[in-house]
Amino acid sequence: MNSARKQKMTIVFFILFGSAVTVGLILFALNEGINVFFTPTEIAEGKVPAGQNIRIGGMVKEGSLVSDGLEGTSIEFITTDTNADVKVAFTGVLPDLFREGQGVVAEGVVDADGVFQANQILAKHDENYMSAEVKAAMDAAKKKQAAEVTAQ
Amino acid sequence: MIPELGNFAVMLALCLAVLQVIIPMVGSYTNNTLWMSLARPLSSGLWVFMVLSFSCLAYSFLHDDFSVAYIARNSNTLLPVYYKFAAVWGAHEGSLLLWILILSTWGYAVSLLSRNLPLDMLARVLSVMGMITAGFLVFLLFTSNPFDRLLLNTPSEGTDLNPLLQDFGLTVHPPFLYMGYVGFSVAFSFAIAALLTGRLDAAWARWTRPWTNAAWAFLTVGIALGSWWAYYELGWGGWWFWDPVENVSFMPWLVGTALIHSLAVTEKRGVFKSWTVLLAIAAFSLSLLGAFIVRSGLITSVHAFAVDPERGLVLLALLLLIIGSSLFLYALRAPVVSGTSNYGGYSREVFLLINNIILVVATATILLGTLYPLITEALYGEANKYSVGPPYFNIVFLPLMSLLAVCLSFGTFTRWKKTSPALLWQKVGKLAFVSIALGIVIPLIVTAEVNMGAMFALVLAIWIVLCIGKDILDKTANKADRLSGLRGLGLSYYGMQLAHFGFAVVICGICLTSNYSVEEDVRMAKGESITIGKYEFRFEGVVERPGPNYTANSATIQVMKNGENYLTMHPEKRFYSARGDVQTEADIQVGFFRDLFTALGDPRGDDEWVVRIHVKPFVFWIWFGAFLMAAGGVTAILDRRYRSRKVVRSDIPATDANGSLRPALES
Repeated sequence: MNSARKQKMTIVFFILFGSAVTVGLILFALNEGINVFFTPTEIAEGKVPAGQNIRIGGMVKEGSLVSDGLEGTSIEFITTDTNADVKVAFTGVLPDLFREGQGVVAEGVVDADGVFQANQILAKHDENYMSAEVKAAMDAAKKKQAAEVTAQ
Repeated sequence: MIPELGNFAVMLALCLAVLQVIIPMVGSYTNNTLWMSLARPLSSGLWVFMVLSFSCLAYSFLHDDFSVAYIARNSNTLLPVYYKFAAVWGAHEGSLLLWILILSTWGYAVSLLSRNLPLDMLARVLSVMGMITAGFLVFLLFTSNPFDRLLLNTPSEGTDLNPLLQDFGLTVHPPFLYMGYVGFSVAFSFAIAALLTGRLDAAWARWTRPWTNAAWAFLTVGIALGSWWAYYELGWGGWWFWDPVENVSFMPWLVGTALIHSLAVTEKRGVFKSWTVLLAIAAFSLSLLGAFIVRSGLITSVHAFAVDPERGLVLLALLLLIIGSSLFLYALRAPVVSGTSNYGGYSREVFLLINNIILVVATATILLGTLYPLITEALYGEANKYSVGPPYFNIVFLPLMSLLAVCLSFGTFTRWKKTSPALLWQKVGKLAFVSIALGIVIPLIVTAEVNMGAMFALVLAIWIVLCIGKDILDKTANKADRLSGLRGLGLSYYGMQLAHFGFAVVICGICLTSNYSVEEDVRMAKGESITIGKYEFRFEGVVERPGPNYTANSATIQVMKNGENYLTMHPEKRFYSARGDVQTEADIQVGFFRDLFTALGDPRGDDEWVVRIHVKPFVFWIWFGAFLMAAGGVTAILDRRYRSRKVVRSDIPATDANGSLRPALES
């Protein structure tokens, strides 16, 4: 094998090796790091397997935020897409833009009682801006309600 | 009147940019010296008009001219003067104006500092930069003009600048970031000009290197400032979130880092030429992709700009035009400019190739993770909304960076062409043992517990630092005395080692912070306290305090160290009345070895507050290391050889052992 070819082979080997390692890592990582988005309606209908890490989005129901009687920094509130309500439990500090009547996205798991145990609460920087995910959830709920009205 | 003047200046700048595209380019193909030499005055004229229009917008901001729609949306009479000026780039339109101003500044800098560049090369470089400038000016004028007026119902008061942006870190973060993003347009333009002429030789690489280093250094500082801002302004105590907008600034940085290393090989050895060109194109294309993603609202992100599909489409068209045409040109011309040379399995070429592969692969994985939600949405419909979280990025990115850190020292120890494995082992064997031993023993002694992550990172960092020291000692060992040896090493060598040292510091900062931080979110009433390590934090209650354009709930937290009063901290929750926004203002005591971080959460119950208290060791090192890396880049630019007036076409050794090295191709 002449040296120019050897050189090319080294390069090809490195690239193949690099891609193989990376593809492996990516496949593993995609399993761990990807959250699917669900709406409160879908959770209420029991479409979410318990224990799976998911994101939900909706509006924080007015007057639903409770912290009294809970331990430490725990809070509970209800998120809604106007069609279905899901209770969310969270321990920690709420983001600045979290407000009743505003959109919210939460990451976490649904427990056996149907309560969403959030490990992270996200609210957007701009209060006029509704997250695309929350908007999609609200739109889907509206469509569903409209469809039910016509069905009746 | 002043805003119209600014608008007019932008239009004139566009005219000059169009002339700058056409005249020098035509001149370079018709060999018309006069036309080619017009590139310089045109680029300075363009710069003058951009400065003028930017000054007009700044002037209108300072004088509260709320008849300008952009100012009415982003300023307020109560806003402190300093933030009124910074508000110029506080939202989409103005930041785009800043972007173009910086682009024209780079063009002007090229025309000033490239006296040793052949005239036809300079003409083509400036013409390509003119194309980019013209494209963005058209975009600014037709879709996002910051000078648009609200003449019929002029508001008497503006809606104020987003409170998150009212902060020193964020006022300097965009200019630095843009200097970096846009700075890659210079390397891009040099690459395109080289493809057009077919003159892709050591001289080309040498011209490109200082510009690439400069852009990279700015981008490094820009990213670090953004991360620092997120750390103390968002009130979360986190410094990197793998947010799409962070990712799009990180990708050009990674490719830019690869480009810096690849340019070194192209300059010294005349190989990897087409690869280097491709990296130069990729670095700037990723910068543009970043601009597109941030400004089109395509991806849900914590700091996406206003969502406007029309703007997004125009920007996408501009992006595809620039990337598409440059890749097309590359496909046509790259075979012409390739060159070959031989190098062995343990040569510096190979280790720099490994560096490049790792960095490009890392970029690709981040790109995949960032665009994944878009791809799945396009493939499976809107109902399938996925999001890719930090676990994905950490799993993929950290092993790649560890590999990079291991290979880094081999790259500096090996010689060009060939190094014998025995010699290499003799150099690094002991160092490897010492760094593994130190990396394991030091955390054990200090913390008396086993923490695999911290130990692993420490081994890598110590390995890099030891190898830097050893390399400097080796390089000066044969000189008459150490001092003259040290003087003889050259600034580009010191720049490289400084940047590598900075990388080691960043590794330490990231891993020690991630592994040893203590983070407590607690519900506290007045007089209660919590102890973390040798610090005791006592909550002394919350009072109301007025600010210039906000009112704040200001907490008092008394910190005791080893039982003695140490300092008083005042984290705040601010309410900005103009927008009705609430903003957490963390109080941080920055230290070289640890930061004390306190932030005020929301009130709970009658007299209790949620308080966030973190003790974060070594977090300062993340930004300190980034600063060292940028300083390394700047040091390398100052090297004498970039300033020599003599044009050396090619200083690649004419032949190697096999005599198979072809001279660099000339047009």
